[in-house]
Amino acid sequence: MPQHPFAITLDVGSSLANQTGSWRNERPVYVDRLPPCNNACPAGENIQGWLFHAETGDYETAWRVLTQNNPLPSCMGRVCYHPCESKCNRADVDSAVGINSVERFLGDEAIKRGWKFEAPKSESGKRVLIVGAGPSGLSAAYHLRLLGHQVVLQDAGPKAGGMMRFGIPKYRLPREVLDAEIQRIVDIGVELKLNAKVDNIQETMKAGKFDAAFLAVGAHIGKRAYIPAGEAAKIVDAVSVLRSMEGEEKPLLGRKVVVYGGGNTALDVARTAKRLGASESIIVYRRTRAKMPAHDFEVEEALEEGIMMKWLSTIKRMDEGKLTIEKMELDKTGFPQPTGVFETLEADSVVLALGQDVDLGLLNGVPGLTIKDGVVEVGPNMMTGANGIFAGGDMVPSERTVTVAVGHGKKAARHIDAWLRGKTYTPAEKHEIASFDKLNTWYYTDAPGTVRPVLDTVRRQSTFDEVVSGLDETNALYEARRCLSCGNCFECDNCYGVCPDNAVIKLGPGNRFRFNYDYCKGCGVCAKECPCGAIAMVPEEI
Amino acid sequence: MLKQVEGSISTAEAIGLCRPEVICAYPITPQTHIVEGLGRMVRTGEVKNCEFINVESEFGALSACIGSSAAGARTYTATSSQGLLFMAEAVYNASGMGLPIVMTLGTRAIGAPINIWNDHSDAMSMRDAGWLQMFAETNQESVDLHIQAFRLAEAVSMPIMVCVDGFILTHAVERVDVPTQAEVDAFLPPYDPVQVVDPKEPISIGAMVGPDAFTEVKYLQNYKLDLALKLIPELAREFKKKFDRDSGGLLRTYRTEDADMVVVAMGSVNGTIKDVIDEMRADGFSIGLVTLVSYRPFPAEELRKALSGCKQTVVVDRSFAIGMGGQLAADVDHALRNVDRAPQALSVIAGLGGRPVSRASLRGIFRKAKTEPWEGMHFLDLNQKIVATEVEHMSSKRRSGPIAENLLRRVSVAPVAE
Amino acid sequence: MNDATKEMEPTQKLKFYQKGTFTVGNRLVSEADRTVQASIDRSNAITCGHRGCQGCGEALGARYVVDAAMRATNNNLIVVNATGCLEVFTTPYPETSWQVAWVHSLFGNAAAVGTGVAAAMRVKGRSEVRILAQGGDGGSTDIGFGCLSGMFERNDDVLYVCYDNEGYMNTGVQRSSATPPAARTATTDAVGDEPGNVFGTGKSVPKIAMAHGIPYVAIASVADLHDLERKVTKAMGFHGARYIHVQVPCPLGWGSASHDTIRLARLAVESGVFPIFEAEYGVITGSRKIRNRVPVVEYLKLQKRYAHLFKNGDAPRLERLQKLADRNIAEFNLLAHEGNV
Repeated sequence: MPQHPFAITLDVGSSLANQTGSWRNERPVYVDRLPPCNNACPAGENIQGWLFHAETGDYETAWRVLTQNNPLPSCMGRVCYHPCESKCNRADVDSAVGINSVERFLGDEAIKRGWKFEAPKSESGKRVLIVGAGPSGLSAAYHLRLLGHQVVLQDAGPKAGGMMRFGIPKYRLPREVLDAEIQRIVDIGVELKLNAKVDNIQETMKAGKFDAAFLAVGAHIGKRAYIPAGEAAKIVDAVSVLRSMEGEEKPLLGRKVVVYGGGNTALDVARTAKRLGASESIIVYRRTRAKMPAHDFEVEEALEEGIMMKWLSTIKRMDEGKLTIEKMELDKTGFPQPTGVFETLEADSVVLALGQDVDLGLLNGVPGLTIKDGVVEVGPNMMTGANGIFAGGDMVPSERTVTVAVGHGKKAARHIDAWLRGKTYTPAEKHEIASFDKLNTWYYTDAPGTVRPVLDTVRRQSTFDEVVSGLDETNALYEARRCLSCGNCFECDNCYGVCPDNAVIKLGPGNRFRFNYDYCKGCGVCAKECPCGAIAMVPEEI
Repeated sequence: MLKQVEGSISTAEAIGLCRPEVICAYPITPQTHIVEGLGRMVRTGEVKNCEFINVESEFGALSACIGSSAAGARTYTATSSQGLLFMAEAVYNASGMGLPIVMTLGTRAIGAPINIWNDHSDAMSMRDAGWLQMFAETNQESVDLHIQAFRLAEAVSMPIMVCVDGFILTHAVERVDVPTQAEVDAFLPPYDPVQVVDPKEPISIGAMVGPDAFTEVKYLQNYKLDLALKLIPELAREFKKKFDRDSGGLLRTYRTEDADMVVVAMGSVNGTIKDVIDEMRADGFSIGLVTLVSYRPFPAEELRKALSGCKQTVVVDRSFAIGMGGQLAADVDHALRNVDRAPQALSVIAGLGGRPVSRASLRGIFRKAKTEPWEGMHFLDLNQKIVATEVEHMSSKRRSGPIAENLLRRVSVAPVAE
Repeated sequence: MNDATKEMEPTQKLKFYQKGTFTVGNRLVSEADRTVQASIDRSNAITCGHRGCQGCGEALGARYVVDAAMRATNNNLIVVNATGCLEVFTTPYPETSWQVAWVHSLFGNAAAVGTGVAAAMRVKGRSEVRILAQGGDGGSTDIGFGCLSGMFERNDDVLYVCYDNEGYMNTGVQRSSATPPAARTATTDAVGDEPGNVFGTGKSVPKIAMAHGIPYVAIASVADLHDLERKVTKAMGFHGARYIHVQVPCPLGWGSASHDTIRLARLAVESGVFPIFEAEYGVITGSRKIRNRVPVVEYLKLQKRYAHLFKNGDAPRLERLQKLADRNIAEFNLLAHEGNV
C-alpha cells in the first residue's frame, strides 16, 4: 500500500505544485508613498520615519533619523509652526498627531542623554564659508560638515543662533536648549567665528581660501513706519526689543505698551512686554483677527495671557503717554479703509512690528547677483547669480520661519556639496502622496470612551497649545503611536494575514514583506486592507 | 458455549467479542435487538473500551462510523431496509474511502408499501456500493460470519455487510455456539489500519478525484474485492480449523454431485430448500443446492464449477429488480455467460415482504421447472386472482385508487395460499 | 436570559494600542500577544496553490480558524470537512492544500463524522487530540443540519465551524437557507414581482445551536481576526459541542470585487446585517459592538446580487433590509456604550 493514501490508495502531493500566480491580471507591489506630513515639512523631515522608531521606544534611533534632515529638533520642537500637523491625515480621523511635541521630546531626550552626531568619516578637502549662524547657517554647516567639508560658520553677533536667539523670546525657546543644539553641531568640527561680521563676501572668501559660500544673514533690520510723534514719544522696533532681551540691559517699555503689527513677531514682543511687567500690552492691527498673519494658536495663547487686541486700527500719532488711533473698516475687497473715527489710547511706548529687512551690505560689488524686493534671488539649487555663492533663509524670497531656514540650509548644503564635486544634485523624485483616500483607517484604534477623557488631558499637554511643558515619556510614546504611518509599511502584518492565498512572505522584523508571485492571484485584498496605503495594484503585463 | 438464544443476541455477543471500539446505531426493525444488546453490553462493561453512540439517523450513524473508522477505530453499525437507503450516500462513501466498517443488515423489504418483514430488497439495493456482502444461513453462521467479517474487512480495508434475514434469523431463538473471547482473540488481531487520520502524521483523506484518476481509484476498489475473493475461502478454512465449524466461504454445495437441477439461493431460505431437496431426492428427483455466502465479491468462478454438471439451475431470489428480474438470477446468468453447455437458468422470486416460503410451494416450482415451459421470472405463490382482478379494475376506470389498499381489501376475502 | 449588553472581552489588552490595534499584527506588542496569523511560523493549514477564487473569503476564514485551532491545540487537531467549495478547491487531484490531518466524507455529514473521529480518539485515550468539523452554510444549515443538531444534542466533543457565504456557491450560486432576503441567486433570479430571494423568516443556526444549550456558540467574521481567533481559542477551551458561525464573503456569488472581501465582511458587521455575539450554555454572554455604524445600503451596493434593488430604486425592500439590521442591533445590543457597561 502507498504510504500516504489519497482518496483511497493513490499518493498525494502538495498543492504547492499548482502555481496560481498565472491567474493574475493585476499584481500588488509594495510602495513607499510620501506621507503628507513629510511633504509639508519645510525642513524635509522624514517625520513618519522617525515616528516609526519612536513608537517602539527607540528614541535614539528616532532622533538619529530625525536629525538626518534637521539638526535642531529641540529648538524646532518649540518654535516650528508645524505645517506637518496641518496636513496630518489623522486629523480626518480624530485629530492630528502631535508631531511637534514628539520632536521636542526627542530633542530634549537627546540633550538629556548627551547623544552626539557622528563626525564625518572622510574629508573632502574643500572649504565652505557660511555667513550667519542662524537656523539656516547652522543647518547648512551641519550638513556640509557631515558631507566631509571644512566649514567656517561666521556671524556678526556675539552668539550663534540668529533669530532663534535674537528674535524668539526665551519663554518659547530656552537658551540652554539652543546652546546645547548649537554646541552639538560645533562638536562635529564646525569652526564658529563670532563677532565677525562679513562686510565683503568676495574678500572674505578669497582671504579664507573658501571654495564656496553659503549666505544666511537673516533679516534683522526692523521696518519702520512714519508716525507723527511728540518729543517724548517712545517708538522702538520689535527686532531691537527682542534682541536687547539677550543683552544685559532689558528694554524699558513702560507699563502700557502698544505693539503695532499683526505678525508673529508682534505677538512675541507683546508677550515679552507682558512678561517684562507691562500691565497692559496691546496689539494694534489695521485688519481683523482673521486677517492676521500670525498663527492663530499664538494669538490664542496671547489672549490667554491677557494680551489685548485692537483690530481694525491704525496709529495716527503718538504723544507722551498716549496714542491716537483711527478705526478702520474693511472694504469689499477686504482691504482696510479709514473711517475718520478716532480714539485715544494710553501708551508708554510703541513697538513697531512691521516686518524686517535684510542687511545686504556684504554683497556689494559681487557680479552676477540679483537683488529684488530687498532679498537675493537664487536658482533652484540655492545658488545666487554669483558662481559658488549660495544663499538661504530670510535673505532669499520665501516664507520666513525657522523651519524654512533649516530646510534651506539642508538643501543648499546638498547643492554646494554636488557643486564642489563638479556634479549636480538631483533630489530623489517625490513619491505619490499618501492621501487620506489611500488609507484604510478602520484598522487604527479609536480610543474608547472610557479612555478618551484621560487621553484628552494628555493630548492637551502634548500639543503646542500647552505653551510651556513638554511630554514625558509615556505621553510622547502615546503620541508617536497615534501616527498612521501614511504610505509607509509599519509591519502590521495585515497583508500577510489577509491574503487568501498565503502569497505574502513575512521577512521578519524590520524587513517587511515580499509577495510570492508564484501564488498571488491578484485579488487585491492586501492593497485594500493595507491600513497605511503602502501597497499599489499595477496591471500585469500579459 | 452452546446456548438457546435469540439470533440478535448471539450476533450481538459475537460482535462484542470482536472488540469493536465504536458502535453507532439508529433503531430500525428488525435490527433493533442487535444494537440494544450491544448497547447493554457496553454499559455493563461486558464489552470494554467501546463508544456506543446513539445517533439521529442512519445517515448520521454510518457517517459517524466513517469518522471513527478513518480515525483508526474498529467500527460497527447495523441497520435494515429504509435505514440502509437513508444511509445510502454514506454506504458508497465508506467503500470509496476504503474504510473497513462492519455492518449487520437485518434484511427486510423496502416500502412502499411499508413492510417490516424479511426479504432481500435492502441488501440488493446496495449490491453495487462497493461493500462486501455475505449472507448468513443460520444464526450460528451469523455469529461466525461477523467474526470473520472484521478480519476480512480489515485485511482488504473495505467495508462489509453481513446480511442476516430479519425476523427469520434475528428474532428466532436457536441453539448457537458463541465462542469464547480467547478463541475470537486468537482469530482476530487488533485493527491495524492502512490509513488513519492522525495529527501525528497529517494526511488528507477523502480528497476530490477528477477524470485523471477516478478510474484508477475505482479499479483499485475492485481489486480489493478480488483480493477478498481469494481471502474468503482461506479465512473459512482457518475458521474451521480454529472453531471446527463450516461457516462462511464463498459458497456451499448441498447434494449437487450428479444433480440435474441445482438451486441457487442466499440466506435462511437455504434451510427450507435443503429439506425440500432431501424430500425430492427421496422421491428420485435429481436436485442439489448452492448456498451462496459471498454475494459481493461475486464468486463467479466457484459458481460455474458448482453448476458445471447440471442441466438446469433455479435461482431463488428473495427480491427482484422491478422491470428486470431477480438480481441473483441475473448475476448467475452473468456467471454462466459464455460457458459451454451452460445449464438452463430459471428464476424464482420468493418470500417477498415476509411471505413464508413453504416446502410445498418450492417442491411445486422445482417440479414445474423440470416439466413445464418457463418464461421470465416466476413469482412463488403469486395470488393470480387478485392480481387479475386489480388489473381489470385499473383498466376499467381512471381513478382506480391505490393498489396496495385495493389489494388488502381483496386479500381479506381471498386468502393467499390456494 | 440574554447578556448581549456586555461587550465581549477585548482582544488585546494594551496600554498603548493606537498603532494598528485591529490589524493582523502589531510590532509594538509581544509575539505572544499577537494573532496567530501574524506569526511567521503559523501553520498555514491551507497552503498556497489552492483553487479558491481570487479574494475567496472562505479560504481566508478557514485558514484563520484552522491555524488558530492548531495553535490552541498545540497542533493536535483533526479536521473534518464537508463537501463544498472549501473541500473542492483545496484538494483537486493529485494535490492537497491541507497541512493538517484532514478527512472529507460527504456534504451533509461533517458533524457526524466529527462525532465518529471524536469517539475514536476517546476510545484510544488520545485526549489531547481535538476535532474541528467544518462546512459551508449549505452543508451546515441545510443538508447537514440533522447531523449537526444530533452532534449538538449529544454534546459530542467537536467544534463545528460553519463558513457562511450565504449560498451554494460551489454548484453555481444557488439559494440556501442562509441566503439573505432579496439576494439574487441562480435559483432566486432577479425577475418577477419579487426579484431575488424571498423575505422568509430566516434561520439563525447560532440561535438554534444555543437552544441546544451547548457549551459555546459564537458568530465571527473574517473582518475581525482578533475576535475570530479569540473565539476559536476560547472554543477549544471547552469540551463538548461547540459552534462558530463565520461569515465569509464570496466575490463570485455576491458579485463583488475580489478586493472587497474583507471590506464587505466589515460592512456587514458595522451595518448590523451580521451581528457578532457569543453564548455559553445557551446564554448570550456578549456582543461585539459596532465601531462605526453604516447604513445597510453601504453594504448592499457593493454587491451585484442586490443590484436589482438599486436599479429599480426598490425603496420599500431596501427599507425592509435596513429594518432587519436594526432589529439585529436592538436584539444583540450592538451599539457601543449606550446605557450599558
